[in-house]
Amino acid sequence: MASVANGVSMMEKKMAETEKKKVIKPLKNFPMEEYINSGHRACQGCAEVLAVRHVLKAIGPDMVMAMATGCMEIISSPYPYTSWNVPWIHVAFENAAAVASGVESGLKALRRKKRVPDKDVTILAMGGDGGTTDIGFQALSGMMERGHKIIYVCVDNEAYMNTGIQRSSSTPFGATTTTSPAGKVAPAGQMTWKKDMTAIAAAHGIPYTATACPTFFNDLQKKILKAKEVQGPSYIHILSVCPTGWRVPPQKAIEYGQLAVDTGVFPLYEVENGIWKLNRKPKELKPVSEYFKGQGRYRHLDEKLTAEIQEKITARWNRLVELSGADKES
Amino acid sequence: MTKPMDQILWQEIEPGGVITEPGNASCYHTGAWRSQKPEYNPNLCIKCWRCYIMCPESAISPNYDTNEFVWNYDYCKGCGICAYECPAKAIEMQED
Amino acid sequence: MGQKVGIEVSIAAADAVGLCDVDVVAAYPITPQTHVVEHLAELCASGHLDAEFVPVESEHSAMSVCCGSAAVGARTFTATSAQGLALMSEIVFIASSMRLPMVMFLANRALSAPLSIWNDHSDTMMVRDCGWIQVFCKNGQEVYDAIFHAFRVAEDKRVSMPVMINVDGFGLTHVIEPIEFWTKEMVKEYLPPFEPLYTLHPDKVVTMGAFGMPEIFTEAKKALDVAMWNSAPVVVEAWNEMAKLTGRQYMPVETYKADGAETLILAMGSICETASIAVDRFREAGKKVGLVNLRLWRPLPKDELRKALSGAKDVVVLDRALTPGGANSPLTAEIRSLMYGETARPNIYNMVAGLGGRDVTPEDITTMLEKALADQHKGYYIYGVRG
Ligand SMILES: Cc1ncc(C[n+]2csc(CCOP(=O)(O)OP(=O)(O)O)c2C)c(N)n1
Ligand code: SF4
Ligand SMILES: [Mg+2]
Repeated sequence: MASVANGVSMMEKKMAETEKKKVIKPLKNFPMEEYINSGHRACQGCAEVLAVRHVLKAIGPDMVMAMATGCMEIISSPYPYTSWNVPWIHVAFENAAAVASGVESGLKALRRKKRVPDKDVTILAMGGDGGTTDIGFQALSGMMERGHKIIYVCVDNEAYMNTGIQRSSSTPFGATTTTSPAGKVAPAGQMTWKKDMTAIAAAHGIPYTATACPTFFNDLQKKILKAKEVQGPSYIHILSVCPTGWRVPPQKAIEYGQLAVDTGVFPLYEVENGIWKLNRKPKELKPVSEYFKGQGRYRHLDEKLTAEIQEKITARWNRLVELSGADKES
Repeated sequence: MTKPMDQILWQEIEPGGVITEPGNASCYHTGAWRSQKPEYNPNLCIKCWRCYIMCPESAISPNYDTNEFVWNYDYCKGCGICAYECPAKAIEMQED
Repeated sequence: MGQKVGIEVSIAAADAVGLCDVDVVAAYPITPQTHVVEHLAELCASGHLDAEFVPVESEHSAMSVCCGSAAVGARTFTATSAQGLALMSEIVFIASSMRLPMVMFLANRALSAPLSIWNDHSDTMMVRDCGWIQVFCKNGQEVYDAIFHAFRVAEDKRVSMPVMINVDGFGLTHVIEPIEFWTKEMVKEYLPPFEPLYTLHPDKVVTMGAFGMPEIFTEAKKALDVAMWNSAPVVVEAWNEMAKLTGRQYMPVETYKADGAETLILAMGSICETASIAVDRFREAGKKVGLVNLRLWRPLPKDELRKALSGAKDVVVLDRALTPGGANSPLTAEIRSLMYGETARPNIYNMVAGLGGRDVTPEDITTMLEKALADQHKGYYIYGVRG
């Protein structure tokens, strides 16, 4: 009897297990609420708006958001419509960090004077790579230096996409844009190396700086949560694949994020209180050519230029490995 | 419900152009942009949530009762990320 | 009633801001505005003022911080001058269109180049169309009183707009004048707590700063224009209330010995004090000369101005700004177009004077007036230029 009973229960357990595998289980660490509504006008396959979606989910409803002019602002706010389910303000292109500084200072004073409810409100500032690394650079530096408790997120699609794919200082060497076209004089297209904004942010000595990418959504969520907890400014630089500007098929937006990380083109790391840490260290980096393949913006690159870029990427990677002490890990 | 912008009188504009109805842009149906449509096969689906997580439109949601993911075609722009990213090949893009 | 003290006008203005229990001050140093923000920084550092002093890295950020803090419902103040105003001007226009109440102390100074730290009105004229309520002051007491008035008007729910107080650099900002201070009780009575129309807070979600398609942009601008005109009675009401409290009555247009005047001098700011001396001398000499002091530049008090000017034969406008290549300089342009449709229309002469800190004495004003009447110049004339 006992053995039969045992046999049945074993079978049941097995069945239940296969069943269980196919049942939708509530998702952990990834809230269901949406803070940027459907109906926004981002291009098909836009991973920048996906990054926004992920960031907002991690922070939750108790926030105020200041956004710079750019794709994410334009796709979300044609008066009288808004895609935002959180308090949101847009003032101009280069000042999201300063507007957020005002929001933070204002709320701080009002809370102290008991004129707003006594609750923690996360202040989020967000800008594109142009709004962050170029025209908004100074406002951001000021915000970080002054020590406002703000999460600044740069959604980096590596060009001014909103105005039609012009180069920024965050456009990588070798990428063509409408203002860095490839030609006899400028064979690589963009002839300058991508500004290392994350390192610049870290150099401000702020408590938390990190890179992220929505392809690695768990890593992104964790980083935003960390940023939310620190006392002071934090800076998160998110690689945001833009199918339109990169000339890649929209369905591959997530895959290119993966390749950017796996080739070392966009390493995932964080700098917490001055300590550098690599968050993802592939055993071996894939060659950058694998990342370039299929991207229209890199189509003109020949072997020589690719090798030149590879050399630089490898050197940067090695430096990062060294900085983060990952070379000493067993 | 908010009026279309070309019917709003100046008197109806909130001071400073403030919008007081959160998320009202969802009255705009981006599904009209779609040329390809994701077709979902629940039997192949391993319920891993990847399509839901990676959808830039938040157009996919779980239905716990039917144990299936559901596409909101009012918003799905047909980018194809869900089909491309699905590890079980449970989603296929088809002409709309 | 408060005490009367001899004090530098900038310091008094900062004290007034402090008395208003401002929540956020964001400013960047520039001569001749510096004393205002330095004193506010001191008040904050010493604990006399419970406010966030945001030492921004530029004026552009100063105005941006102000937008953020006003948007959350904080009482907000900034101060600047010339180049600083130019740098922040992009955001100045946005603050008003977003109907964000705040107060700016503008120490009027010439715009470069050549670089000049001295006074004229080219800075404020650059942002003439920015959609702010703009007032001018002619002496220290007016500047001090204007601070309370500006906060009250800006934050009034019927207005909800930024206010700019024009204060002539050095000639007014840096002089020591006898100023009658307000008491805390007076401020409390005059200035209610700021209750904004909308605020950014998770408890009530709003979107601010949406963009405008061509289908809606004109309507948005019309709404702003109407809001500007609708602010006029509130501006006056706030001055009238102040008169009850202080005994000092301000008006959008003020006249001096203008009754029965054949010739009127029209000007804004501290030059009016000088002009009044010239007027006295003319009157002593039996000449029918009077003065019109335009205090409220935006919204333009059209009826009051027409009323003040239409009885005169000649009006000489003293303009502290130049419009290179234009029909005439900004203040004159305004007055000429305002009076164009009037049947009883005076001759309007345009004297450009006092650029970049060039001193304008009562004698200069006398000369200008005589020259204007003699030459009957239809365009504009730059007074006192060598060569
Ligand atoms: C002062 C100013 N200069 C230029 C512009 C035009 N402009 C608007 S958005 C934009 C580019 C935005 O690029 P980025 O910040 O990278 O954001 P993206 O659109 O790529 O997301 C530019 C150049 C502007 N709005 N304001
Ligand atoms: S241009 Fe690029 S970043 Fe902008 S909405 Fe389109 S895909 Fe997104
Ligand atoms: Mg960009």
